[in-house]
Amino acid sequence: MTTMEQGPMRTAIEPTGFRALGASVRGELLRLRKWPTVWVLGGVWLALNLTFAYVFNYIAYATGSGNFGTGPATEGLLADLMPDAIPRIYTGGLPMFGGAIMMILGALAAGSGFGWGTWKTVLTQGPGRLVAFAGTLAALGVVVVTILVAQLALDFGASVLIGTVESQTLGWPDVGELAKSVGGGLLISAMWAAAGVLIGVLTRSPALAVGLGLVWSLVVENLLRGVANLISELEYVTNVLPGTAAGSMAGALGATAEGEGDGAPGVLTVLSGASSAALLAAYLVVFAVAAAAAMRRRDLA
Amino acid sequence: MTETIVVTDRLTKKYGDQIAVDEVSLTVRRGEVYGFLGPNGAGKTTTLRMLLGLVRPTRGTAKVLGARPGHPAAVARTGALVEGPGFFPYLSGRDNLRVMARYQGVSEAAVDAALERVELAGRGRDAFRSYSLGMKQRLGVASALLGDPELLVLDEPTNGLDPAGMADMRRLIVELAQQGQTVLLSSHLLGEVQEICDRVGVIVHGRLIAESTVAELRGASTVLARAEPIDGTLAAAMRVAGDDAVRLQDGGVHLDLDARRVPELARELVTAGVDIHEIRASERSLEDVFFEMTAGERGDGNGKEQP
Repeated sequence: MTTMEQGPMRTAIEPTGFRALGASVRGELLRLRKWPTVWVLGGVWLALNLTFAYVFNYIAYATGSGNFGTGPATEGLLADLMPDAIPRIYTGGLPMFGGAIMMILGALAAGSGFGWGTWKTVLTQGPGRLVAFAGTLAALGVVVVTILVAQLALDFGASVLIGTVESQTLGWPDVGELAKSVGGGLLISAMWAAAGVLIGVLTRSPALAVGLGLVWSLVVENLLRGVANLISELEYVTNVLPGTAAGSMAGALGATAEGEGDGAPGVLTVLSGASSAALLAAYLVVFAVAAAAAMRRRDLA
Repeated sequence: MTETIVVTDRLTKKYGDQIAVDEVSLTVRRGEVYGFLGPNGAGKTTTLRMLLGLVRPTRGTAKVLGARPGHPAAVARTGALVEGPGFFPYLSGRDNLRVMARYQGVSEAAVDAALERVELAGRGRDAFRSYSLGMKQRLGVASALLGDPELLVLDEPTNGLDPAGMADMRRLIVELAQQGQTVLLSSHLLGEVQEICDRVGVIVHGRLIAESTVAELRGASTVLARAEPIDGTLAAAMRVAGDDAVRLQDGGVHLDLDARRVPELARELVTAGVDIHEIRASERSLEDVFFEMTAGERGDGNGKEQP
């Protein structure tokens, strides 16, 4: 038998295990980092967050017209714009708006590969299906963390700026509270992103996945909660929906609930912080595992 | 050198009632170029997908490089281009290859070498979506070449290429085989397979109806004689080749005759006093063989399994 006198064969990496996972994450991160869609989605979320959490409220305070014209222009409004308020403000927009954007991100990242044929290409590179898919999930996790860290930095920047302009004494948030809030925000975001990935894998179509996902998170859950006010038995179901868990997480962290006048849409006080955290983590795991299972069995055209 | 790289045993894929691949048992040996030949929709791509682990067989087994298809041990040593190249449209050709190189864990130096190899180095920084069909196809082959895999699975590699591109691609495949890489390629272009393949498997309606070397498949050579009048020509031809070895077809007389006996035939024709227009050895092309073999298979439905 002849030996092949060429460069290193593809067995250069162990095809399974942590090196293959690392290789998959590196590959996926490269293509996500260079994907304009990721930057657009991240940028839109940061802009929304800045606008609704800081810009509008500051204008309302500065012009004395109250929060969105509904509440009195109190010192409370300014207090929400200070750095020490970040732990309770940070997650306010995540259950509905941030979550929706994370879901779009997940749905596009997982669903596009079927139409482009890139799943087929990626899955013939070496790492096994589960390892390659885990690499995608991990890389998406890195993107989500990056966006949330950027949001935190932006929130600090905005609150310090406003505090300085208004000549306030800048109080700093309690580190423990801040960590809880960022952790809660991460759970909410990761859960919605995983939901997006699952719908993307199941529908194999980014457009259908995004559409269905948004209808669910923005419309269906709210309608169900409305119906649950009439049929109380339905509450057993609506109390454990993904959106309820996400909203309750934000509510437990101090965001003003949507029922309370100027509260943020999607923020709820149905579940305790601990229950909503547990439920979010459970959904995150179930969505990721279900998506991986579907991916493992699927025939790839 | 007879080590087998791919072995399948009654590999079958059904989609509902539709049977796409029907008990295909084929063997690809190390270092050869194996041509998988068949009309569109015959089941070539589905078979290749099963060998890559992209599609699960309904029945039957396969071993690729000693492992089950789709197992990392097999996939990591296989380079593939199946049913058109699938790349991220927003990335440049080069970045697409960088992504795949990272997945494989091979160095980025391999990316530029692969681009060079398919003559895409000059356009490597342009977005994949701006590529022509032929360039996309070449990028797909470059991606398959990354990491110098032992086995290359190329599904219709010359699809979308212009004649010069097709010739380049064939030359590249022959070079790869000379380096010791095993190539399994599918094609519906018989001339292409005849030109570059060592062995072929012919698949029609999901069934492998022949598997042998190109030479065996084409069989013995024939000789064509055109002369007038036909009667005298036929009689002379039969005296040389025997009664059963002569056929009249398209106004020419075809003889199953070794090409070395052409002078003997010429003498006989001259003796018979016929006017000779042409005598030449004509090897059967793979195309002739293919149509002969598939004549009975074609037109009997669309591959549906009989109840």
